[in-house]
Amino acid sequence: MLKLDSVSRTFPGGQEALRNIALELAQGEIVAMVGGSGCGKTTLLRLVAGLDAPSTGLIELDGAELHEPSADVGIIFQEPRLLPWLSVADNIGFGIAHLPRAEREARVSRALLRIGLAGFEKRWPRELSGGQAQRVAIARALVTQPKVLLLDEPFSALDAFTRASLHEHLLALWETDRVSLLIVTHDVDEAVTLADRIVVMQPKPGRIFTEIRVDLPRPRDRRSDAFHEVSRRVLDALDGSLSEGQSKPASGVSETAAFWW
Amino acid sequence: MSDTTLVHPRTEAAPGPTRRAVAWKGWLGLILPVMLAILLEIGVSAGWLEGRFTPPPSKIAATLHELVESGEWFRHGLATGWRVALGFLFGAGAGILLGTLSGALPLIRRLIDPTIQALRAVPSIAWVPLFILWFGIFETSKITLIAVGVFFPVYLGVLGAVLSIDRKVIEVGRVFRLSKLETGRRILLPATLPALVTSLRAGLGLGWMFVVAAEIMGASEGLGFLLVDGQQVGRSDLIVAAILSFALLGFLTDALLAAATRPYLRWRDDLSTTEKN
Ligand SMILES: Nc1ncnc2c1ncn2[C@@H]1O[C@H](COP(=O)(O)OP(=O)(O)OP(=O)(O)O)[C@@H](O)[C@H]1O
Ligand SMILES: [Mg+2]
Repeated sequence: MLKLDSVSRTFPGGQEALRNIALELAQGEIVAMVGGSGCGKTTLLRLVAGLDAPSTGLIELDGAELHEPSADVGIIFQEPRLLPWLSVADNIGFGIAHLPRAEREARVSRALLRIGLAGFEKRWPRELSGGQAQRVAIARALVTQPKVLLLDEPFSALDAFTRASLHEHLLALWETDRVSLLIVTHDVDEAVTLADRIVVMQPKPGRIFTEIRVDLPRPRDRRSDAFHEVSRRVLDALDGSLSEGQSKPASGVSETAAFWW
Repeated sequence: MSDTTLVHPRTEAAPGPTRRAVAWKGWLGLILPVMLAILLEIGVSAGWLEGRFTPPPSKIAATLHELVESGEWFRHGLATGWRVALGFLFGAGAGILLGTLSGALPLIRRLIDPTIQALRAVPSIAWVPLFILWFGIFETSKITLIAVGVFFPVYLGVLGAVLSIDRKVIEVGRVFRLSKLETGRRILLPATLPALVTSLRAGLGLGWMFVVAAEIMGASEGLGFLLVDGQQVGRSDLIVAAILSFALLGFLTDALLAAATRPYLRWRDDLSTTEKN
């Protein structure tokens, strides 16, 4: 469905942020992207969102080239980026202002219900907690019913409890909408909890190092051995990605693994 | 008297301590003017002070009453208010237009901003002779002067507001594929509104200041005319009555502007514009 074909991005300063990225996302698939700081993850999402254009290469959605923001692609940033002058309800309905009023209101109130914030429609963004604000941002991106949702470290500013509850919210939304998710994260557990596939990136220039399939059934138990096994493989891959592409013998979690970011 | 603080309406929205906490302390501020008024009253009636120079409050009240009774107050007030309104309209309109263009288009900013900044260095009253030469001594030169006074704070406020809009918020607009026009209406306007209101209030304050200057220069009606008239016939009560009228009108128009825009600023996180300060 979403297809990136030998995509590169070199910034005007000569900084090569991405080189030759090939990536495909199937309908309803969840792909997580991990990798050291500065390896081009945010740049990649901005390209797919149409906020930036690749220097070379092609990005396609269902066979049509993407070169500007599309109604079929939603994005959630690290910060909620709610508009402070709009109520929660108006923020959620921001992207569907063109729809008839009744339809808009129905979608907004359904979205509020689904993110567990029914009754919050009249609040101002400043009256929300960080987790609530990020949930509103998710609802705002989903009411337009995109085919692909991009998430750039969406929960990194939140505590572990809130994060876990948002993972459940996100998966619940995903289960009904079957939207494809491409999520960037620094949190290996988050990647293993959510993703069908984990793409490990490598810096300077940003490339794909390897991909790891996660074949665990959902809901996933973070304490299970299988879960730990996948986490360990991701950490190993991250280790490898940072040692200049040299393949290292997989020898359990090395000391640097904990500090890969 | 606290003439100076009364004549200039509050132009800056200063965040103060919470209202309840200072409620009773607020009354403390009344002690001084009330004492002064009583002293004046006693002083004049006892003959220690000459009423011609220091009008007792009772005399000022009588003068004001008389002005209102005869309809004179409304004639002069209307003349002054009309000048301020027109000057404010033109000055604020130009300030908003040029400030927005200058903020949104770097090319325009490079072109006009240096000139405007240089003109700003000229004390506005210094233009008066030129304006009189150009537009004569009647309404046009007065309104131009007021407009010039209003223009600068509005231009600067709007320019600063447009320049400081968060790029991240603009990006939200791009994600939802807003057109240029929609971006202006749904993002630029609300994002700059608080600064716009602050600068309009500052501009309005200056408008009232410059109408006094314009009317002192020469006018046959207006509250500023009453000031000059009072001086020429040696009636200090008339002067103070005019001063109080200026204070009242300045205060009322500022409060009106604040009240009219308050509903649109309720989302704000601070007390500066949402709370009456
Ligand atoms: N607008 C830009 N102009 C020039 N260089 C940029 C720009 N944006 C990003 N870069 C560079 O491109 C590289 C990739 O940046 P990017 O933000 O995509 O990294 P990232 O993987 O998201 O990092 P992090 O995990 O820290 O968020 C970095 O070296 C960065 O300095
Ligand atoms: Mg990033």
